[in-house]
Amino acid sequence: MIYLQIAANGLVLGGLYACIAVGFSLVWGVLNVINILHGTFIVLGSYIAYFAYVHAGIHPFVSVVLAGAALYLLGHAIQAGFINRVIAAPVLITLTLTFGLDLILNNAMLVAFTADYRSINLARPLGSVEIGPVFLPGDRVAAMALALLLTVLLYRLLRDSRIGRAIVAVRMDREAAALMGVDVKRINAITFAIGALMAGAAGALLSIIFPISPLNSATFLGKAFVVCVLGGLGSVPGAMVGGLVLGMVESFGSYWMGPEHAVTISFALLLVLLFVRPSGLLGRRGYE
Amino acid sequence: MRHWIALAILALLLAALPLAGNNYLLRLATIVCMYAVMAQSWNFIGGLAGYPSFATAAFFGFGAYTSAILQNQGVPMIFGWGVAGLASMAFAALIGGAILHLRGHYFAIASLIIAEMLREIVNTTPDLTGGGMGLNLPILRLSVTAQAQFFFYAMLALAVLCMAVAIVIHHGKLGFGLRCIQQNEDAANMLGVNTYAYKTAAFSLSAVFVGMAGAIYASWVNYIEPPDVFDVLLAVKPLVMVLLGGLGTVYGPAIGSVILLSFEEFVWRNLLTIHAAALGVIIVVLVLFLPNGILALLRERFGRRGA
Amino acid sequence: MGALLVLDQVSRRFGGLNAVDRVSLSVAQGEIVGLIGPNGAGKTTLINLITGVHPPTGGRVMFDGRDITRLRPYQIARMGLARTFQIVQPFPKMTVLGNVAAGALFCGHAATVREAHAVAREHLQFTGLADMAEAPAATLTLARRKRLELAKSLAMRPRLLMLDEVNAGLNSAEIEEALGIIRKIADRGVTIIIIEHLMKVVLSISQRLVVLHHGQLIAQGPPREVISDRRVIEAYLGAKYAAIRQGAPS
Repeated sequence: MIYLQIAANGLVLGGLYACIAVGFSLVWGVLNVINILHGTFIVLGSYIAYFAYVHAGIHPFVSVVLAGAALYLLGHAIQAGFINRVIAAPVLITLTLTFGLDLILNNAMLVAFTADYRSINLARPLGSVEIGPVFLPGDRVAAMALALLLTVLLYRLLRDSRIGRAIVAVRMDREAAALMGVDVKRINAITFAIGALMAGAAGALLSIIFPISPLNSATFLGKAFVVCVLGGLGSVPGAMVGGLVLGMVESFGSYWMGPEHAVTISFALLLVLLFVRPSGLLGRRGYE
Repeated sequence: MRHWIALAILALLLAALPLAGNNYLLRLATIVCMYAVMAQSWNFIGGLAGYPSFATAAFFGFGAYTSAILQNQGVPMIFGWGVAGLASMAFAALIGGAILHLRGHYFAIASLIIAEMLREIVNTTPDLTGGGMGLNLPILRLSVTAQAQFFFYAMLALAVLCMAVAIVIHHGKLGFGLRCIQQNEDAANMLGVNTYAYKTAAFSLSAVFVGMAGAIYASWVNYIEPPDVFDVLLAVKPLVMVLLGGLGTVYGPAIGSVILLSFEEFVWRNLLTIHAAALGVIIVVLVLFLPNGILALLRERFGRRGA
Repeated sequence: MGALLVLDQVSRRFGGLNAVDRVSLSVAQGEIVGLIGPNGAGKTTLINLITGVHPPTGGRVMFDGRDITRLRPYQIARMGLARTFQIVQPFPKMTVLGNVAAGALFCGHAATVREAHAVAREHLQFTGLADMAEAPAATLTLARRKRLELAKSLAMRPRLLMLDEVNAGLNSAEIEEALGIIRKIADRGVTIIIIEHLMKVVLSISQRLVVLHHGQLIAQGPPREVISDRRVIEAYLGAKYAAIRQGAPS
């Protein structure tokens, strides 16, 4: 019976992880850039939700829109100003650049907000949800539901809108897309901005679950990595599958080996996957 | 060749540094030597072979802990350093077998995670490694000045050794093969280069001196803990130094290490709260405006000698 | 003169596609064999199988009596098989001399980097690239890059040299030059397999032709015979045309 609870926890966690990772995965798949800033973007989203709640009483679920919009603008600016200049450069260069930018942004947040852990204590929490033998905190479930909703919205965007199709085209074959008249530069900027938006939105959702501090950015980044390797790059279904698997692995792993080992387990999983199947569980078929 | 003469002169000049009688300067010089070792080591796998490794922190910590553990069991210090180096090399060869078939981003991530795994192993075996509480090392019965000089000479010797090896490798068959691998790995394979063996050699070389540097560092500071010796910045800084100086060149890493340390000292003294951001700014400026490093820039401006 | 290279029912499947389908072939020492066939016939894949780029999914490859089917590319290269690439693959940041030296150094014909460079100069002379020795490989014109490919593979002192479309993209003067060099190579006793689309080239240089179509070997023999073979014409031009030709007075 306890396994049902653990599995439920894993599901909730998984949904959140999928949302955390999907923006990162998209940027990696389309621009071929590992965005080290992603974790910091998430934390920034959390801070936006935090301050919006503390100073203006805005519920974090509403801040999802705020944080998303703010991060979209920030992401666009960073891409246009910095990343675009090295877009065709080797891994070493792009990875180092986003690392450097992350150092700057993270340090800025440390100075502005200090490293103290903040948390949002909702005045009117949603209580617990009971499904049979399983107890789930209502807010978490709601957050997960919203996270999944966002992810599905992104999926629809990629499938149904012109921009979305262009993004997928660039992800599949940059040169062919360019030959078809796609403005790859613009798509790169938009994709990066969307990635930042998803990160900010995820951050706002996570603000009621995890403590908020710039020190957490590496943790979120690590999760995003694992989900990407699990689920494949640049695909929303892939991020969902990857997130779910990671959520389950961590949930069961925490139960069997203690929560302090959760991170090690996920990294071990990552390493195993890198050796065995670097293109992810869904492989190349994962993109729509 | 002129390389050996230059190295000898540099070594002799630096060896005279203790005469200045300034322990602080000596400390800085020791760190420069350590940085130079890490940068030059990274250059083997990252500069020559073109595989962006983030494993330097893993090897540094591995060497530090190996030596510390051995010394706490009674092994003499210098011996501990040597074993740390060899163990790091073996460790790299082992890990290399698993991750060197990955390319690009995947290799980078995998190499980054090694440090995290090692950190976890340390945290979960406190009886052996002190876990999160850290590990103390036996203290040398020497005066402060004598210690400063001793460790300076130790790091200097390591740096000179590393540099010497780099000169040999860069001009020999291994360096040539690694350069081929970096420019076109498939063509290198077709030409008779045993790419797997060469990459493993480069990766192992990138570990042996770094492991020893970690060991010397541990003895120098007498106390190590996971966040200290497995710090991700230790993985990134060698990269930055080599990019600064010039990727794949023999002297680039050394030049980069001097520049970076000077910058760091300045920032630590004047801009402590934003020192991480300051490093970030260097990185961004470097990547955007100086991707071929200082050496290439100087060569363009001043070097028209020879075609 | 025994058989240098023997392919025994060699096959390669990619997913559902038989890129190479049970090809059996034998090449004698000193021969010049032309490998022809329409686009997509599997010619380059066959070369890839021989040189170890992909393992065959069936069959065996024997070189000089040894089974090389499962060997890695670098091992096969050191045994004396060299090939050029259709899409030229130099080491772009190295000089022309450096590129050729690489060939000499890693196949064991030069013990040190210095020796390799010295040997490389000879090969540059042979292929007429001596004046470009210090130029970065990336700055070469296409014709010269093809020549560089040739020089590189020669530096490996191969016993069997496989040329994959070494004339693609060249004008007729350049082709004549390339052919001259290839003949000189053959005169030195190197066995050659040449993949070519240009019939004139293939006919002028090959002693024997082998034709692939849909991964299968459909004909082999003296050049004049092979190109009049009905199956070959069908493969290139379609069944209708073959029928017309068959019916027409000779």
